[in-house]
Amino acid sequence: MSLNILAVDDSRTMRDMIRLALQPAGFTVHTADDGLHGIDVLDGIEPDAIITDINMPRMDGFGFIDAVRGQEQHRATPILVLTTEAAPELKARAREAGATGWIVKPFDPAKLVKALQMVAG
Amino acid sequence: MSTENDPMAEIRASFFIECEELLEALQDSLQIMDDGAEDGETINVVFRAVHSIKGGAGAFGLDALVRFAHRYETVMDEVRTGRMEADVAALKVFFQCADHLSDLVRHSRDGGADPAEQSAALLTRLDALLGEEGGSAEPEPEPEIEFQPTGLTLDLAALDDAPMGDLSDLPDLPPLDRLPDLPALSGVKTYTLHFAPEPELFETGNEPFMLLRALQELGTAHVTCDTSRLPAQKDLIPEQPYLSWTIELETEAEESEILSVFEFVEGLCSLKLTGAGEDAGSSELPDLSPEILPAASPTPEPLKQAEPEPVSPAPPPAPTTPAIAPKAPPAKAAAANTPAAVKSVVRVDLDRIERLVNLVGELVINQAMLSQSLEDANLPPHGDAISGLEEFQRLTRDIQDSVMMIRAQPVKSLFQRMSRIIREASAAVDKDVRLHTEGEATEVDKTVIERLADPLTHMIRNAVDHGLETPADRIAAGKPSEGQVKLTAAHRSGRVIIEVSDDGAGINRPRVLQIAIDKGLIPADSQLSDSEIDNLLFLPGFSTASTVSDLSGRGVGMDVVRTAIQALGGRIAITSTPGKGTIFSISLPLTLAVLDGMVIDTAGETLVVPLNLVVETLTFCAEDVSMIRPGQHVVRVRGAFVPVVDLGAELGYRPPLSNFEGAVALLIAHENGSRAALLIDNILDQRQVVIKGLDDGFFRAPGIAAATILGDGQIALILDPSDIINNAAQPPQERLVGASA
Repeated sequence: MSLNILAVDDSRTMRDMIRLALQPAGFTVHTADDGLHGIDVLDGIEPDAIITDINMPRMDGFGFIDAVRGQEQHRATPILVLTTEAAPELKARAREAGATGWIVKPFDPAKLVKALQMVAG
Repeated sequence: MSTENDPMAEIRASFFIECEELLEALQDSLQIMDDGAEDGETINVVFRAVHSIKGGAGAFGLDALVRFAHRYETVMDEVRTGRMEADVAALKVFFQCADHLSDLVRHSRDGGADPAEQSAALLTRLDALLGEEGGSAEPEPEPEIEFQPTGLTLDLAALDDAPMGDLSDLPDLPPLDRLPDLPALSGVKTYTLHFAPEPELFETGNEPFMLLRALQELGTAHVTCDTSRLPAQKDLIPEQPYLSWTIELETEAEESEILSVFEFVEGLCSLKLTGAGEDAGSSELPDLSPEILPAASPTPEPLKQAEPEPVSPAPPPAPTTPAIAPKAPPAKAAAANTPAAVKSVVRVDLDRIERLVNLVGELVINQAMLSQSLEDANLPPHGDAISGLEEFQRLTRDIQDSVMMIRAQPVKSLFQRMSRIIREASAAVDKDVRLHTEGEATEVDKTVIERLADPLTHMIRNAVDHGLETPADRIAAGKPSEGQVKLTAAHRSGRVIIEVSDDGAGINRPRVLQIAIDKGLIPADSQLSDSEIDNLLFLPGFSTASTVSDLSGRGVGMDVVRTAIQALGGRIAITSTPGKGTIFSISLPLTLAVLDGMVIDTAGETLVVPLNLVVETLTFCAEDVSMIRPGQHVVRVRGAFVPVVDLGAELGYRPPLSNFEGAVALLIAHENGSRAALLIDNILDQRQVVIKGLDDGFFRAPGIAAATILGDGQIALILDPSDIINNAAQPPQERLVGASA
């Protein structure tokens, strides 16, 4: 099933890796460099799921999720958070902000694909 | 490039490029903090830089890098959250860690000496910082436990093996009558799950249907939907969970695997898992008129049904700041820190650019030849051919400028390396030194930047080691104990001027003179001007430190620096004021490939003078020239006297002129503002010439910078007029020394 994904991460390496992991699975990947950019990009696409980093300049992941959830049509769009820490408080905070789930970096491409399919079909 | 076909190698390469950028941002921000000019964002930039390097490194299994970055990040997080204060001592450690981080990155990329030993030392210092602050003093266990780097394998074929790898081929959920023959399967267990979502489950974008489907992937699920709580339609609030499900799951999967399906919704639903136990297959299907999955979720999409209702089809409120707007620049560093993210950038192999540069060089020669043959053909001066050629020349020049711009790079990266040198050098000799930089955005040819690193390193070390006094001496001299070293870059009249200055004691001229005499570099009775004494520093084998220190006394003197600068077509000059400090000024051509030259004739030799040094051309009248001592003349140029240097005589082509009437001269400007008249025979042309370096195999003749090929195929030497004039200004016995330099 081809999913339309928006990946927001300030690290070019990470964006490249997400793309490399998802494109072979037939996903369409849009990318943005930070939260504000992500909202900008979101305006033109209808993603089936969103992946976002937490630590980003200008607008961090929490702010981004908050802003996305604030948009009527994205209240239920699945959002996965990329985090290097598996710390429970980070998960709790991500969830509080409205994240659907999380992926611990460095991620395994298969797991990322699986998680996306899990939340977005 | 060999990496073209391997996406992983390409990402790895781009990761290292990103690391360089992050390290640069890290350095910048630490510097801003060190200058006390940080705002709230600065520490975040530091944190993110380390964090991103760690994240990428983890993906490539660079364990040593991950381990170090992790601990560094932990400490920066303490600072970021205000639990630790970044005082001077802490910043010192942060700088060292940044340096070490960049060593680790380079080691990961290029191999070579393993800097692991230093890691341990720095980690200890980081831990000490944590300990002092007491904030999160408990020593972290092995950091690997918390952050396990796993090498990333992109074996996407493995997806097929994953339990729910490819859902695109997911068959419609099997009807109940197609249940597999359970007893035939060994290890199949039956679990009973009760799953009831809470409202928050929907708010986080989770979806019961997906979860149930994932369960279905694990084995065979009999799903019963409990609709008893469903209100009448008029009372139905779409976002309230009314449904719950009971799932009989027959699977080989372990309990943990089943629970992992619900990882994201843990705490957002009530979930009961019971059962397990070998199932003999005797279990009857429950009597509960089971519904299969799709039917079970008529309402689990409450949010989606709710959406059309709000009368706001309008796009969401646009973010108040457009995304491309650069972030509020952090304090002072703003000028130098133009955000690079906005620019779109293409990475090109340097070899390809070199090739282009060479081709443009050939084009310039070719155009010169064409112009020569048109001249030989005696065409009318305003004919089509001539004006066409002029247009051709303009285009060639534009192409050349554009190509040069591709190779141009801001000197910032070079300056950043120097700030590290300062830190290391000042630590080694126990002096407090602050580096100021100016003009970091000045662009210089990349190859020049690379070849400047060594000489500049040496000069910086010299400034710290010899230039600056010890803290005690400084205080005694009424100066602040912290020494200042300034590194500046600027474009000036078609050249790049790079200056290294210190506010130290200045050159101790009597001592320099004495050393030069003691070492037999100059005759004992030499009478030298201040600037001549300063220039003794450039003589080979000159070292002023009475005890060879660890820093600059490595047998490498300023003569090596000068040779390196000259090899770049540049010059180096010293200005020193006792008690105030010393300035080393390097002047470099913008490019190493092509220059605008004036083609001249002297004693039948065709020579080229770099045009940017020629202020004007003069024709002498005999009465304007006066002799100030035998063999030395000055000429009056608009009321000022300028020394005359007879080029033909200086180069040994002919004896000095005695009659100056009608002689032609070029007024040459020095970087330091002084001028001299270079006497020549004739001006032939003014054109671009391609610089062809003279190999090391040639003796480096003073005054000769390089050679070129003219339009008629003739080879002409390119002069370094400043060198010639300086030589001419020296008394004859000095010249010998100068020539052997």
